[in-house]
Amino acid sequence: MTEPDISPELIAAHGLSPDEYQEILRIINREPTFTELGIFSAMWNEHCSYKSSKKWLRTLPTEGPQVICGPGENAGIVDIGDGQALVFKMESHNHPSYIEPYQGAATGVGGILRDVFTMGARPIAAMNALSFGETSHPKTKSLVNGVVAGVGGYGNCFGVPTVGGEVRFHAAYNGNCLVNAFAAGLADADKIFYSAASGVGMPVVYLGAKTGRDGVGGATMASAEFDDTIEEKRPTVQVGDPFTEKRLMEACQELMLTGAVISIQDMGAAGLTCSAVEMGDKGNLGVRLRLEDVPVREENMTAYEMMLSESQERMLMVLDPAKEAEAKAVFVKWDLDFAIVGETIDEDRFLIELNGEVKADLPLKTLAGSAPEYDRPWVPTPAAPEMDPVPQVDPIDALTALIASPNYAHKAWVYEQYDQQVMGDTVVAPGAGSGVTRIHGTNKAVAFTSDVTPRYVRANPVEGGKQAVAEAYRNLTAKGALPLATTDNMNFGNPEKPEIMGQFVGAIQGIGAACIALDMPIVSGNVSLYNETDGEPILPTPTIGAVGLIADLDNLIDGQPRAGHVALLVGETAGHLGQSALLAEVFNREDGDAPTVDLAAEKRNGSFIRDQAQWIDACTDLADGGLALAAFELAEAAGVGVTLDASDIETLFGEDQARYLIACSFDKAEALMTAASQAGVTIQSVGKFGGSTVRFGTSEAPLEDLSASYRGVYAEAFG
Amino acid sequence: MKAAVVTFPGSNCDRDLAVAFEAAGFEVARVWHKDTELPQGTDIVGLPGGFSYGDYLRCGAIAAQSPICRAVAAHAEKGGYAIGICNGFQVLCETGLLPGTLMRNAGIKFICKTVGLRVANEDSVFTAPYGLGTDIEIPVAHHDGNFYADDATLAAIEAEGRVAFRYLENPNGSLGDIAGVLSSNGRVLGMMPHPERAIDARHGGTDGQALFTALAGAMAEA
Repeated sequence: MTEPDISPELIAAHGLSPDEYQEILRIINREPTFTELGIFSAMWNEHCSYKSSKKWLRTLPTEGPQVICGPGENAGIVDIGDGQALVFKMESHNHPSYIEPYQGAATGVGGILRDVFTMGARPIAAMNALSFGETSHPKTKSLVNGVVAGVGGYGNCFGVPTVGGEVRFHAAYNGNCLVNAFAAGLADADKIFYSAASGVGMPVVYLGAKTGRDGVGGATMASAEFDDTIEEKRPTVQVGDPFTEKRLMEACQELMLTGAVISIQDMGAAGLTCSAVEMGDKGNLGVRLRLEDVPVREENMTAYEMMLSESQERMLMVLDPAKEAEAKAVFVKWDLDFAIVGETIDEDRFLIELNGEVKADLPLKTLAGSAPEYDRPWVPTPAAPEMDPVPQVDPIDALTALIASPNYAHKAWVYEQYDQQVMGDTVVAPGAGSGVTRIHGTNKAVAFTSDVTPRYVRANPVEGGKQAVAEAYRNLTAKGALPLATTDNMNFGNPEKPEIMGQFVGAIQGIGAACIALDMPIVSGNVSLYNETDGEPILPTPTIGAVGLIADLDNLIDGQPRAGHVALLVGETAGHLGQSALLAEVFNREDGDAPTVDLAAEKRNGSFIRDQAQWIDACTDLADGGLALAAFELAEAAGVGVTLDASDIETLFGEDQARYLIACSFDKAEALMTAASQAGVTIQSVGKFGGSTVRFGTSEAPLEDLSASYRGVYAEAFG
Repeated sequence: MKAAVVTFPGSNCDRDLAVAFEAAGFEVARVWHKDTELPQGTDIVGLPGGFSYGDYLRCGAIAAQSPICRAVAAHAEKGGYAIGICNGFQVLCETGLLPGTLMRNAGIKFICKTVGLRVANEDSVFTAPYGLGTDIEIPVAHHDGNFYADDATLAAIEAEGRVAFRYLENPNGSLGDIAGVLSSNGRVLGMMPHPERAIDARHGGTDGQALFTALAGAMAEA
């Protein structure tokens, strides 16, 4: 095959700007080969290089005594005691999922699982945060069905329980859905594997599935806006095989026991290129690859295609040659490919040969480290204008409207398509704020949650960023878990627009402040920019995935309200209605400011909940939908009615932060009141559980009717 | 008592099943799909849930041709005990040790939730501890659990009292609400629900425990 000449069109098609091409010429002092152009394009696209976001990501807090490994490796790692470590990360697969929902979502799950087990951890839990366009949009139904089936199809077969997540709908995602996949794995703290190669002349081994032409140029595609040519991009979406991934995971677990692994890296975005460069760069070594030895499943693949393929379920490892036979036996046992495709070299070179012909010869260190970094112009998001008055409505009518929206309706239709219990350690399944997974064979557990309220972030990126972290903190706390650390999945529009970049910068500032105040450092994350279609951006969506530790499951809070229980509200209520669920769902308005987050109050009230867990039967945090929705959700899950004394919408639907709703007996309520006054925490009785109706003030409706509506929304909308 | 739990490539409930056997007092041997024999003294074989061979071709079809399944068949033919759960049930149907087949769920979607079952037989070691007509709650998690058999086979299964469990609310379209089926000697059970996911208070239910403890009791006596 003859390779195309390097032309301005070809350069542009690789997502490289004329300035970036000039930089390539300066680095190598000659015109690049076609393969080299592809390699630069793969390394320098937004998805792999974080060129627009790096400057700001550096400002995030990433350290703490609980942190074993912060950002920069495949996933972040925290200490959970007893010599054990939790390895976790969240990553987006937005663009591929919009183009090909089933495979896009499936390979998103596959990619994040690989990130976790590459480090030596066995995946123990997954979550996914999904954002779709409005239900009336013609594509939404098929996207929802395809994405949910894809997430389930991959995770269920792989055998990891899905324990949590989010699903939201908004017109701003009509042309650009979001699929953010989270995975966490368990490892021994002293048996973690990293990507830095070491030793000269060490064999570079290709592991797993064979290489095909799927996904060539995927990372570059994911770094561009969408337009009406999107259907042509379908071939850039990878195809997943969870069966191979399951075998690859088991084989890697066995391989790591042999002592043969010097370093290991999964092949994700930009496949062989990124993984080889990463291992060489971190180890200050060069890498030489002989592509004729790469296992392929298609004929006549070019060097360009092999270097840029994003075929799934593949790994690259630097092998201790003394252990080659043992390592190979593991892969033979699992019927997977094991091929030595090159070696580490004592020069700063990334040397790619195919049948003796040099296809690329680049300075590896420069290739890895010289990706452009932009300080993009940004403008702060202007303060939200004064909000119009909100009329009073019947509070039960308002609740009825809220729970008829897929944003607030029961999500069982989604999570019943996911295996929630495989591995036998799911203690709290999806649908309860946080999922809780027991550490196998122990009486301790980890809690997981995923949170963000994009409307808040759009109105006020700083407070919205804080709120996402605060809500995650509260969701973990409401189960009795001590929040440990965070992974951030930053989904935004086009960073070349100063107002979008301003959203990003503001959100980072808010997230950083909250992570410091709440002692939840960011240990991993992912940035997805250019989430726009025909110039229309998504809502800024910095998804926060967070983990917490329950050192003793006897301190888990997972009870249910019972008839006669008191409803206690922790935290202060001012009745903030700006950007609330009530406004959006009942009045079709999205005005006002986001609620202000008082981080000191978050910490004080959260500590109170964890310290007083023994008195708390059931607990939930208050988020969008306020007291009314929280009380309804708690009551509905238990099949018991609830009465709240208030009837005004500010008290019932206000979205003030740092609040929790508790259900407990009268005696326990007294103990909590006493403890709260000592701790300087605001607490008040707001009603009681019992009966068969939901009653707010003087307005009421049968629980049975509300429940039927709440649980019927998804089947009705999505089939 | 000795249980052997088989691991096929793609099995993912093998550990869970081993844990359930161990909790009931079994000594558990883990067996690889390429093995040609079961360990000496195996009282019961467990075929776990998961996606053996990726569910490619048909669920359980490739696993049924694996070397270990020839050994499982020989064990069953000699009157040995076996239990297949979820994918294990599909494998047992494909080997012919149990009648019928499992088709895609009537609703097309994967379904994972806790369902009510009615115990439909009290003559087998597996079902005796519950008692006929008892209702229990056990989780399901499958995409292909829709039990089907032709009229004559179905009539024979019913006539011989070989239905072990029936769904109270059929989640997948199974004929006769059948959730689990016994071999004619009552020693091989296939069921779609996962009793190993309901053996410990943290699972939210313990209705699966009795099945494993009864097996342990029966094997200890034997």
